[in-house]
Amino acid sequence: MNRSVRWMRWFAVGAVVALVATACDGDDGGGGGATTGGATGTTADLSGQTVEVAATWTGAEQDNFEQVLAGFEDKTGADVRFLSAGDDIAAYLGPKIEGGEPPDVAILPQPGVLQSFAEQGDLVPIDDVAGDLVDENLGPGGRSVGTFEDTLYGVWFKAAQKSTVWYNVNVFTDAGVQPPQTWDELQQDAQTISDFGVAPYSIGADVGWPLSDLFENIYLRTAGADMYDQLAKHAIPWTDQSVKDALAVMGDVLGNSDLLAGGTQGALQTDFNGSVTQAFTDPPQGAIIFEGDFVAGVITGETSAQVGTDADFFDFPSIDGSPPAVMGGGDIAVLLDDTEGGKALIQYLATPEAAEIWAGLGGFISPNRNVPLDAYGDEVARRAAEAFQEAGDSAVYDLSDLQPTEFGATTGQGIWGIFTDFLQDPSDIDGTAQQLEDAAKQAYGSS
Amino acid sequence: MDEAPPSGEAPAVATAGSATPEASPGRTKPSRRRRPSVVALLFLLPGLVLLGALVVYPIFFSIFRSFYDRTGDAFVGVDNYQRMFTSSATRTAIKNNLIWVVFAPSIVTAIGLIFAVLSERVRWSTAFKVAVFMPMAISFLSAGVTWRLIYEENPDQGLANATARAIVDTFRPPGAYPGARPSQDDVVKPEGQGYATTTTFASGDTITLGLFAIPPEEIPPEAQTAAPPEPADGAIAGTVWLDFTTGGGGTSGEIDPTEKGLPGVEVQALRGSDVVASATSDAAGRFVLSDLAEGSYRVGLAGSNFREPFAGISWLGPTLVTPSIIVSYIWIWAGFAMVVIAAGLAAIPREVLEAARVEGANEWQVFRRVTVPLLAPVLVVVLVTLVINVLKIFDLVLVIAPGSAQRTANVIALQLWKTAFGARDFGLGSALAVFLLLLVIPAMAFNLKRLRAEEG
Repeated sequence: MNRSVRWMRWFAVGAVVALVATACDGDDGGGGGATTGGATGTTADLSGQTVEVAATWTGAEQDNFEQVLAGFEDKTGADVRFLSAGDDIAAYLGPKIEGGEPPDVAILPQPGVLQSFAEQGDLVPIDDVAGDLVDENLGPGGRSVGTFEDTLYGVWFKAAQKSTVWYNVNVFTDAGVQPPQTWDELQQDAQTISDFGVAPYSIGADVGWPLSDLFENIYLRTAGADMYDQLAKHAIPWTDQSVKDALAVMGDVLGNSDLLAGGTQGALQTDFNGSVTQAFTDPPQGAIIFEGDFVAGVITGETSAQVGTDADFFDFPSIDGSPPAVMGGGDIAVLLDDTEGGKALIQYLATPEAAEIWAGLGGFISPNRNVPLDAYGDEVARRAAEAFQEAGDSAVYDLSDLQPTEFGATTGQGIWGIFTDFLQDPSDIDGTAQQLEDAAKQAYGSS
Repeated sequence: MDEAPPSGEAPAVATAGSATPEASPGRTKPSRRRRPSVVALLFLLPGLVLLGALVVYPIFFSIFRSFYDRTGDAFVGVDNYQRMFTSSATRTAIKNNLIWVVFAPSIVTAIGLIFAVLSERVRWSTAFKVAVFMPMAISFLSAGVTWRLIYEENPDQGLANATARAIVDTFRPPGAYPGARPSQDDVVKPEGQGYATTTTFASGDTITLGLFAIPPEEIPPEAQTAAPPEPADGAIAGTVWLDFTTGGGGTSGEIDPTEKGLPGVEVQALRGSDVVASATSDAAGRFVLSDLAEGSYRVGLAGSNFREPFAGISWLGPTLVTPSIIVSYIWIWAGFAMVVIAAGLAAIPREVLEAARVEGANEWQVFRRVTVPLLAPVLVVVLVTLVINVLKIFDLVLVIAPGSAQRTANVIALQLWKTAFGARDFGLGSALAVFLLLLVIPAMAFNLKRLRAEEG
């Protein structure tokens, strides 16, 4: 017995030592596995490898992007996994980066997110990977969208032309109204559509970014591009009279609950996809959607309406004689993990070939200059893409997307959160401007 | 490596093994006083390493990190704490956490107590307990998604509002043309819930009343092209019609060729505010207010024509969002409270209850004066455990509150997550984590003290 006890004692000691040793091993093992080898072309054989890509797209947009990824799979033999990141991609990627297990590639919906990630050193520079492809296909303007402090981190893959207003053609016909050219005509049309029996404005204010896009389009027209640029840099405060004026104009749309599909409370609980589909159901619950070209993708993917016959867009109306102006945004592919598969996917996304797949499916504008207009699947998308290309360098970039993440792109906070509050009380213009300024100060002060 | 103890005792492990009948009694006693041997330490080591790595180190790192800026490069002192308490988002979160702590644990405990006592009385108590406990088996995320669907604003989608609509509409049926408005707003003005003309009419007169803002699918299929009114003796004749030409082009206030009459509209002849006669329009929209005495009348459209179906309650709107989420929390945790309290209940000596009954106490008095005091220790444990749990509430708020209500429904743990991982400000995030820890510590200390008191 004594012997067995002694044996057990040594066994126990050994086990503990082994355990501690394993624990240490585990600690050391994480950082290994350096990847070697230079950048290979997208024609590299990657069969057996898995590439993970995270994006905020859902529904039809996700399906279309997966078609693009399928093109990559066919070409390289790699297996691509699409990870759905939800609306708040920074919150999704943050823990994964901290945990050392980021997806290979992420599609960031805002340059602001790219900047804050690049600033913290979480992105892999891609000058050597795709610099030439970017110069060749996107040009200097496109390069700057993916650049932080003179280093290229992102490939601008998808552009958004956000100065479009979509409408249900059948409701317009039945109500006997024409697509408006000016803000006043829009108000009249909206009233007539309401008299006809349909709530005109369909707004997805659940998270608030459609509201911030509406504000930006109004501000661009009431204050002009110069003021717009200054506000984007926070060179003028959000309490500036120009902001208050734009908020007052915004009240024309948001101020009357009867003009909103589902009323104010309904709009607050409708997400963007819901705001599009409810305007094209039978019977339609709304008629006018203030959002970018990507609305077409949702119409095609999630409703039975046909873009071009049942659904169409008009340019965001001129306010008090303002000249035509285009506000754009986009999605940028970044490399989070320096892997062969990830690099190959980044290169692939910079090619016209990848963009043409989605262009053919609809709801997509490519910033890629080498994508011909006839690659677009339908006439409506071609028109939106043409307007975007014509605007060229005069187009302004989505203002909220340029802000620090916590101010410009966080659910329930900053611009998004304050605009959903504004929808609940559109008469509180001064208070809203003050809240925006307070939040901006905090975001700019802390970064 | 193990030195032989001076008293000649075997080492600790061997002592335990030698606690056999042949070992002399009393020899094992002093060994309990011995300092922990190296072997004992080695046995404790894995536990200590895990505890240190997973609990102690993160706590101290968070405290340390909370004094640095967002990237961790610069020491900022108590700056993060200052920012934390001056930000309105955190203040809302603290206020909501307070609401949670005050209401959720006490209601869950109360409901758990009621269920536990009731489950002793019912025949199918096992089935009842399983049903109440079932939500605990679902992940909070799925439970949250389920409740989000239940609370959906649109009564066609959300269970809560579908029920509310079914009840309200039974007692207050919606009108045939909810939301319709008069097209001639110079002729007809709102009165009460409905509308009435501004001028008066006498028998023999005719009147046309235009309405619009009626969705095409709400026009009854029997509706015919609107016919102009035909004057009648001793009556006011009129037509109610849809004053909107599909495709545009009609003249407002006039019956245009393609415009349809609106059947089933209740029209009233008013003297002062008294209804003297009423009529319902036919398929062509015509009505006759007959048997009128001499005199002048205003013509009104009853409010019941336009009553909207119940639009539902904004469960997830800014006013109700936190109570709504608390309800879902209660649904999940009531089963836990019930099971723990039922176990405590089973341990109460029956004689005491019987004695109380023999003394003439009624069931309420037995419950109030005997059962509850005897259960108090268990109730306190349940309550404190739930307080700790509620302070950390996160998942239900994130899943159930729509984006537009997340500001109003914000709680500290959600704010922590958004700050640290969303805005990537780990300094401020750590400060929030430390604050949350400080809030939980008193409850933890209380629980530990109780545990010790019970052991002692």
